[in-house]
Amino acid sequence: MSDITAGEGAPATAQDAPPSILAIFLAFLSIGATSFGGGVVAYLRSALVGRHRWVDDETFIELLSICQSLPGLNASNMAILVGDRLRGTSGAAAALVGICLPGGLMMVAAAIAYGAAHSQGNVVDGMLHGVSAAAVGMVLAVSLQLGFKTLKNYADLVFVALTIIGVEVFHLSVLVVLAGVGALAIFWYRPGGASKDGALFAGTLRFLDGTAARLSRSKGKDKTGKDKKTGGHP
Amino acid sequence: MNQLLPLIGVFSYLSLLTVGGGMAAFPELKYLTVDVHHWVNFPQLIHLYSIGQMAPGPNMMMIAAIGQWVAGPVGAIVVTAAFFLPTGLLTLLVGRLWVRLADWPWKASIQRGLGPVSIGLLLAGVMSIAKGAITGWESIAIAAVVFGAILLARVNPIPLIALAAVVGAYAFR
Repeated sequence: MSDITAGEGAPATAQDAPPSILAIFLAFLSIGATSFGGGVVAYLRSALVGRHRWVDDETFIELLSICQSLPGLNASNMAILVGDRLRGTSGAAAALVGICLPGGLMMVAAAIAYGAAHSQGNVVDGMLHGVSAAAVGMVLAVSLQLGFKTLKNYADLVFVALTIIGVEVFHLSVLVVLAGVGALAIFWYRPGGASKDGALFAGTLRFLDGTAARLSRSKGKDKTGKDKKTGGHP
Repeated sequence: MNQLLPLIGVFSYLSLLTVGGGMAAFPELKYLTVDVHHWVNFPQLIHLYSIGQMAPGPNMMMIAAIGQWVAGPVGAIVVTAAFFLPTGLLTLLVGRLWVRLADWPWKASIQRGLGPVSIGLLLAGVMSIAKGAITGWESIAIAAVVFGAILLARVNPIPLIALAAVVGAYAFR
């Protein structure tokens, strides 16, 4: 079941036939074990909205918007919110444990392997150095993808700059910057304040959509069917 | 074992900073785990973070590796719980209140205002990690290729990272 059809029809609601705690745990466990390559939110959407029909697309987007203005990772927060809707607190706990368990076990294994391999010399060091450089490129790309969608006015660029200057130049605690610049930005967009709409990077987004479409057409084998619009969140 | 309390304190604090994504907490993660508590050194932290980008699930599961390192399996569990429970409870609470807040005009202001700040935090996080990972033209080239491939072609990053490991094994000998 692809997520293209997910918004249509009448998806089962939580009230209809709530899945068992075990079913919730297993569903999130399988997302937690297969969501390689970042963009867990896209995997969540195709599983929860598409395959299981536990929430409809509108609810999914609404829940995602709650996650994005709260601390915590989107993937774990979404697991909690959907689990809570299906089965209350125990559903939320089952979903959270399920989505974290596979990656957590892999990282524990990686920590043990890293400790063992590290003493063996510089081939492993070289590989990890390469992986780290790649990770910088990856997180920068993902942050910019998100930024082009989030930043809509020139004022947003000022808030971004203030945040970076606070953390990187003045070495202020992230919490202080979050409170200071966050309060300023919320006040700027206060009810009746500055307009919340804008199209600062609309052209950039169109351009990137175009290059991605052209490149995947010419490659002709990128048929993952994942919706990238909600994915790619670091 | 006497490291468990500091682990709980550090990672529950860090979890409150992850607005917009795990990357937002990276500068503070580096400061607390490397400079204050000496649980890992900076290259180790960057290596673990980078390996963590390949793991499935929430993309900060690398914290479990730090817990494992400092205090074994108990450490891994304690760190993971400390990192996910405070924000998890907050999310649970706000998620239930949200319906009642539907008509609250400041709701849209908060969402709109925190957007650019979270992007700034993410970019500051990228800068912090780049300071350790970018050491010369080889690493700049690797980062640039991966950056371009993901942004322009939306390639799945896993094969790219695997390729970077192979390139790294030759380039950084």
